[in-house]
This record gives sequence, structure tokens and C-alpha cells, in this order.
Amino acid sequence: MELLPRIGWTLLSLFVAVNYGFVINGIIRKVMARIQGRFGPPVWQPYIDMGKLLFQRNSVMHGLMFWLGPVFRSVGGIGLYLLVPVVIGDPRLAGFSANGDMLLALYFMAFGSLGMALGAGEGGHPHSPIGISRGLSQMTAYELPFILAVIAVVTQAGSFDINAIIASQQSGVLGWNLFANPLATVAAFLAMLGMNMYPPFNIVGAPTEIPVGPATEYHNTYLSFMMIGRSAFAIAKMVLYMDLFLGGAHSVLEAVVKVFVIYFWSVFVGAVFPRFRTEQSVRFFLRWPTAFGVAGLALTFWVR
Amino acid sequence: MKRFDPDKPWDLTTLPTTAGPDGSVPHAPVVKKADGQDQCFLGAGEVPAAPKLQEAVATIKNWFRANSLNVLAFGTGCGAIELRPLMTSRFDMSRFGITGAPTPRMSNVFIISGYLSTKTLKRVIRSYEQMPNPKWVVALGSCTINGGMYWDSYNTIKVLDLYMPVDVYISGCMPRPEALIAGFQYLMTEIKAGDANGWHHYLENLDWYRENQKQVIKDWDLPDYSW
Repeated sequence: MELLPRIGWTLLSLFVAVNYGFVINGIIRKVMARIQGRFGPPVWQPYIDMGKLLFQRNSVMHGLMFWLGPVFRSVGGIGLYLLVPVVIGDPRLAGFSANGDMLLALYFMAFGSLGMALGAGEGGHPHSPIGISRGLSQMTAYELPFILAVIAVVTQAGSFDINAIIASQQSGVLGWNLFANPLATVAAFLAMLGMNMYPPFNIVGAPTEIPVGPATEYHNTYLSFMMIGRSAFAIAKMVLYMDLFLGGAHSVLEAVVKVFVIYFWSVFVGAVFPRFRTEQSVRFFLRWPTAFGVAGLALTFWVR
Repeated sequence: MKRFDPDKPWDLTTLPTTAGPDGSVPHAPVVKKADGQDQCFLGAGEVPAAPKLQEAVATIKNWFRANSLNVLAFGTGCGAIELRPLMTSRFDMSRFGITGAPTPRMSNVFIISGYLSTKTLKRVIRSYEQMPNPKWVVALGSCTINGGMYWDSYNTIKVLDLYMPVDVYISGCMPRPEALIAGFQYLMTEIKAGDANGWHHYLENLDWYRENQKQVIKDWDLPDYSW
């Protein structure tokens, strides 16, 4: 496909993905409310919040890095979305996945958090560095099982190319890495609990503890930008998981359903657990998920 | 106008509950709806939009603002205990799009929940000024209206309106969560109509409010305006 139509299709697909992220966010708030015995806000509440944030006025600006923090966060999410193919064999929804491989995707996954850490640090509020240190220590912990799972999957497919990894899973449902390499899948899905920051791993925001962590000084348009970035990042991560472990998707509808199911795994875990402390969270990830990751890697090499 | 004397709170003739700094009613809308509420922020070279357009834009903006209220988590007095059942399953306030906000930067509704000591007033002023505009104040309980059961206390505020602009008063001791929900719904209709302009009144009459605040806060060490 030519470059210009590809950019156009990618932007359209990104727009749909961000909106899907908003809708999922609204459904999550509704589901959480129902679990807690409440009615909950309307499903379109994230859109109203977004509009309100855009119509409020910014009151402070702490410097260039403070301004760039949400930008970096969004770049991490949008950059990751550009690299993951959504529907198999459809160049319109493949983004730029032919131009970047799994290594670049992993880099983009860490980039948002690091950029946000730099930006929030300039806000100067003591809660920001506390949240940053918690978030980065948790990130180093959950990255380990996730990377082990990715190495297992990559070894199995024999390529770092995400399209090649999807192509290696096309021998029916049992060809999915969910069944072909269940140990690596368990490790990756446990690591996802940490990535999505729902309880018990919401130690970064930690409501009522360190009120909102890194985002303490951010308001209004900064927050609205972060909402867009977070939506794109969440959907991109789920699409990546779908590509790596659930065999990709053959149609848009299949992708929508699979992303929904993968996302709600962490939401339902979050609905029933209280919050870990930082060291408990780090120990958790370095214990069972890492063990599953090592076992999955060993299984992969043994089978090869 | 006779100045309110904090040492003689029982002298009701000094309570300017109806008259503002220049003899006007404090919460008569200072800016007309057609002004779009934001015109006081116009820069030097900026030209205000046409009145019709301003009105249309203001209506849209106010609808969004009214349906997404973020309440600052700052319990000043005993009334804060009424906010817990309001958030949880019995009186679920998220039905109306109202959620809690942990920091002043992210919130736009300040609930003064019950009595307010002079020591807390200083922190309240600081938090209130850090909230981005537009912002609204809900005064909860009779302590904020006339002192309530603390009418002769030496270190609590009797009339909140002297120190901060109040948009909605909810009377009672304590008002139940149903009353709070009714107050919120009133606030939402006021915002949609473009009449909840307390924040604007505060900016326009900052000197008057400062004078009153400094009268009760003896160790004043706040900046000119807590951005």
C-alpha cells in the first residue's frame, strides 16, 4: 500500500481504537459499580469527563518537561498501536507493523512510563516521586515474566516479526500460543495484571494512600491528553496480547471481542482484591509469574 | 455597612448575609450568561466573540461542566461523614457523574462539610485558590450559615460567605445524604443556567475577601494568590 493511504487508514484505525478505549472505560466503571451494588455512571461518562476537562482552564505550568510528560505518555501508547497488526492479512489495519518488530514494541511499552516519570517529577509535589518510584519498581518486576514469555513465543515462531508470530499460530484454535505454550501465556497474563494497574497492583495511583501518584499536579488539558494516551495504550497492549497469544484476529469483530475479553481479565481480578504494598507486588511478580516464564521458556527449548 | 466583628458573633446586625462589598447581593450573577463566563480571562489583544456564539458555546460548556463534577476530598468538619454513604451503594452519587477528586488541581467542587475552624480556613483558602476555574463551593450544614451550635465559639467561622463565595447552601445539622443529592442537583441546574458564578465573584472582589480572611487568620503567611 502507498504511504499516504496507509497513514490515513492508520489514523482512522487509531481514532476508532481510542474511542473503543473510552467505551471500554465506561463499561468498566459501570461493571465495577454493579459489582459494588451501585448503579454507576452512564457508559458515556468518559466522554463527558473529556469534554469537561477540555473546557476547564489550565492554571499552572511547571516547565517544559511537565508539559512533555503527557505527550511522552501518549507517544508510548500511539507508537505501540502503530506497530501491532489488528486484523490478519488486512494492510489497512496493519499499521506500520512491517516496519518494526517486537523489540521496538517492547521499547514503546516502557517509553510512556519513563517519559511520564520525567514529566511528573518536575511537578514538584512529593506524591509524584513516591508514585514514580513505586511504578518503576513494579515495572521492572512485571517486565521480567513478560519478557520471558515474549522470548518463549519468539523462539517458537523463530522471528521477532509480530506478523510472523501470528502466522505461526494459524493451525486452528489449538495452534494459538494459549494452547501451544500455556506456561508462557500464564506468565504473560499475570504480568498484564501489573501493566493494567488495577487492584491489587494499583500501587502507582493508590487512591486514598498517595492520592494519584505521578499525576498529582496534572489537571484539565493535561489530563485529557493523558486520557487519550491511556486509551490508545490499553487497546494497543490488548491487541499485542491477542497477536502474541490468541492467534490474532480474522475480522474486526473478532478483534473487538478478543480485546474485550483480555481486558476484562484484569478488571475482574481487580474487582475482588485489595491493594498490595510495593514490596509485596514486586515479590509476587518475581515469584510465580517468573517461575511460569522460566518453565515456559524451558518447555519451548525442550520441544524444539 | 457595619463590619462583621468576629469577637461579637452574636451581633446579628453586622452579618452581611444579604449585602456584599458594595451593598450588592453577594451571589447575584455578576457576569451575564451571554458573556460565556470566560470573558474575564481575555488577553490584551483578544476580541470577545459575538454574543450569540458566546451564548451557544457557554451552553455546551456548562452542560459538560454540570454533568462531570469532581468533589475535592477535603473533609473540614463532622459533615464529611455524610459523604461516605453518598459515594457507596446506598446513595450512589456517581449516577450523576459526580466523583471524588484527590487533589485540588483535578477537582471543581469544594464541599465545606460543617464547622470550619480558623486554622482549617487557611488550608481551605489555599486549596480553593489552587482549583482551576470554574469552581463551585457547596456549604453543608448550619455551621456554615450562621455558626450553628458553634455560634459562640472563639475559633470557628460563623458565616462562610464572608471568606469564600458559596454557590449552594444545604441547611441542617447534619443534612442527610438525600439533602446533599438535592443540593447537587440544584448546583447542576445553576451551572447549566450559567448562574453559578461564585468563582467569578471571588476573582472580582478578591480584596474584600482577603480583608475578611486576614481579619480572622492572625498568622497570615499565604501568597497573594495561591496558584
